[in-house]
Amino acid sequence: MQSARLALALSLVVCVATPLAAKDKDKKSDSMAAAAKPLNKDPYPSTYRVYPGAPTAISNVTVYDGEGGKFANATVLFRDGKVERIETGNVDLSSEYTRIDGTGKWVTPGIIDIHSHLGDYPTPAVDAHSDGNEATGPVRAEVWAEHSVWPQDPGFSRALANGGVTTLQILPGSANLFGGRSVVLKNVPARTAQGMKFPGAPYGLKMACGENPKRVYGSKGQAPATRMGNMAVNRQTWIRAADYKRKLDKGETVVRDLQLETLAGVLAGEILVQNHCYRADEMAQVIDMSHEFGYKVSAFHHAVESYKIADLLAKEGICSAMWADWWGFKMESYDAVNENIPLVHNAGACAMIHSDDANGIQRLNQEVAKAVSDGRRAGIAISDEVAWTWLAINPAKALGIADKAGSLKPGKMADVVLWNGNPLSVYTRPEKVWVDGALLYDSANPKLRPISDFELGQAGAGDVK
Amino acid sequence: MSRLLTSFLAGAALTLGCPALAQTIAITGGKVVIGDGSAPIDNGTVIVTNGRVVAAGRGVAVPAGAQTIDASGKWVTPGIVAGFSRLGLAAVDAVDAANDTTASNSPFSASLDIASAVNPDVQSIAVSRAAGVTRAIVAPQIGSSIFAGLGAVIDTGSDPDPVTKARVFQFVEFGETGARRAGGSRPALYASFRNALSEARDLAAGTRKDDAQLKRPDAAALVPLLNGSMRLIIHVEGAHDILAVLALKAEYPQLNLVLAGVTEGWRVARQLAASKVPVIASALNNLPSSFEQLASTQSNVGRMRAAGVQVAIGMIDDDDTRQAQYSMQYAGNLVALARVPGATGLTWDQAFAAISSAPAEVIGMGGEIGSLRAGRRGDVVIWSGDPLEVTTAAERVWIDGVEQPLTSHQTGLRSRYKSLAPDDLPQAYKR
Repeated sequence: MQSARLALALSLVVCVATPLAAKDKDKKSDSMAAAAKPLNKDPYPSTYRVYPGAPTAISNVTVYDGEGGKFANATVLFRDGKVERIETGNVDLSSEYTRIDGTGKWVTPGIIDIHSHLGDYPTPAVDAHSDGNEATGPVRAEVWAEHSVWPQDPGFSRALANGGVTTLQILPGSANLFGGRSVVLKNVPARTAQGMKFPGAPYGLKMACGENPKRVYGSKGQAPATRMGNMAVNRQTWIRAADYKRKLDKGETVVRDLQLETLAGVLAGEILVQNHCYRADEMAQVIDMSHEFGYKVSAFHHAVESYKIADLLAKEGICSAMWADWWGFKMESYDAVNENIPLVHNAGACAMIHSDDANGIQRLNQEVAKAVSDGRRAGIAISDEVAWTWLAINPAKALGIADKAGSLKPGKMADVVLWNGNPLSVYTRPEKVWVDGALLYDSANPKLRPISDFELGQAGAGDVK
Repeated sequence: MSRLLTSFLAGAALTLGCPALAQTIAITGGKVVIGDGSAPIDNGTVIVTNGRVVAAGRGVAVPAGAQTIDASGKWVTPGIVAGFSRLGLAAVDAVDAANDTTASNSPFSASLDIASAVNPDVQSIAVSRAAGVTRAIVAPQIGSSIFAGLGAVIDTGSDPDPVTKARVFQFVEFGETGARRAGGSRPALYASFRNALSEARDLAAGTRKDDAQLKRPDAAALVPLLNGSMRLIIHVEGAHDILAVLALKAEYPQLNLVLAGVTEGWRVARQLAASKVPVIASALNNLPSSFEQLASTQSNVGRMRAAGVQVAIGMIDDDDTRQAQYSMQYAGNLVALARVPGATGLTWDQAFAAISSAPAEVIGMGGEIGSLRAGRRGDVVIWSGDPLEVTTAAERVWIDGVEQPLTSHQTGLRSRYKSLAPDDLPQAYKR
């Protein structure tokens, strides 16, 4: 027994030379060599459950389908958690459908926020809750945001009720070059983070360019202290990752390394790079680095200067997650323009809105309204329904979930918002929100307002927020 | 007068065909909002002569020789007043050398006069101006003491002198932030506050003690608080803290109080209304960001207003150096609450007033700015539509009757990069 344990320990720290050597080993030690087993890539699986919902038909509404389509005077049908179809004209309905007259109102797919820190920087924003940056080393690819997510963050309920947000990516912060894995959540209250995990969503890897990593580590007298230091540490890390992946691909036994597992997952195309980056010149450096090591950047986040290289981003097929009008809070946000999103879209690149903020996530529809209007004033004509792709199908694509969410195409998750007016107006709010066909917010029903454990029994609990 | 001349010349350099100094501008045909809480007036006229509003409303005659501007199909309003801000104090927030919001290492506190820090060349001034924000209440941030210093009212004009009025108020932090700065608790905060006022009283009476804690200039800066000749803006959020601040009125009846933040004000709205202390509130706080904001709700402003509290909207610790342009969006969101069951918002007229006349009146300058009533400064904005709607833009802006440029670093970049097509020269040659 003792020797078997020793063999196991050795197999964890010493790379066995070849698969042939593994074949020579006896069955017993083979079965105990953990590193030789196929890696469980989902050790913290989603336990999300779809809540019950009635077959529902919302009639007489204007629909933005999330992929650029607009339907006037339409009926949206969903049942068993899935979108059935969008109909225009008269619809024959069986009596089992709950019918909602939406005259004068709009229906859209639930909003997807590709950049949130709800749960890992929750409210109350006290030090004890500061769980977004493992700022103890510039390469922290081994941490997973889901291990920080506090499902009782009251911010989730505000994003649902005021924002119509049904899916969101929770990212680690940007102190590190490699910040760790992100997690995609359904915005449905649960007791655990696993209970919110979007079933089947790929993982993301948060990376960061620019000021933050070099400031955090430079101020500690360690690398990186400069932008060239950022790139050097990045490249050295990718070299290690490539070597690790090569061993994995050859079937060599390797010591499990959480950091390199995640990075190898990126190189294998299984984990999507979500790269915080403001400046155009730095994005271009990152793009070359991705070519050097053979990975793809799924999206640049913040991407304040994407408009300067929108042609390059279009060519590379990289999305940009942007704000409508954030600017000037740091040097690398100084060149922000209000037309960033429409300029990127107009160049044929994938444009998205994002919040990065527990307040902003409640008004992403208004942010799109601002951006599309600023674009029009600059001569870029983009329709409202096409602008709606910025918080629907485009973030779904950048998260690798476009086959499941991000639009009202038949068969997709019935994540649906009924707005009490034109959603590109400041005067409009969600009236009802369904997630997977279950009605989880109804502005007319105070019982359909989620209250987090933190708020329960305290001042303001259950109030309209 | 020199101020008007300077701003006029700056404007003249940027405005084609600018007429003579003693000029009258008539803006006709637009939907006119006076800004005092009254309803918009269709097909109204606004007359500005020599930098001041002469008349605004329906059936106003256009004087002979006036420069007439057709605003048909547009909205015409007073310039927006940022109700609480740090506008003009930072070129870039995170660039310490270009950020004058706070002075943590200064031995001085209450005497720090923010007027000297307001830099009209920082981009936040140009961006705010282009968005239709023409005036701002500007407060310093606290450094080593609970007293931040002396706040100012500024304009966002394209000229070298941004200060409308300096030393308008003293700003002090109460609640969690003030308590930490005072040494770690609310009792420490109140001890600091009472001691400071006591030392100011001693100084005024010529009986300054040897063991005085405050620097002499700081004590002197607090003297005008004692007789109410200067306003004291207290930042406070929680319900019980608000009541504790109101109780100070019994102890110091002359204090001319204004409360800022006031996230839980709705819970003590009756007491706030009875005290007649006006409020500059955060508009949309609805997260329990701290233990003094547990009961935050977007209905706060509406509920206080309904209880009779005088309420303006401000940006309290909310992108306050840069994003005064959110004032309109925030006000619009309070209007949206009217159609949310159980919520309390503002009417459109009240919401617009909350970002125009209300902040001006709260700070004692309602006779100068914040509305188009006769005699006010000629701060006028023509909008493409409803100014509280997020799809709307300011199209023309006047400050003190001088038309303003609406360009900035941002508009320059937008024009430069609108087309990425290869050209004969690099982008650096496009301007």
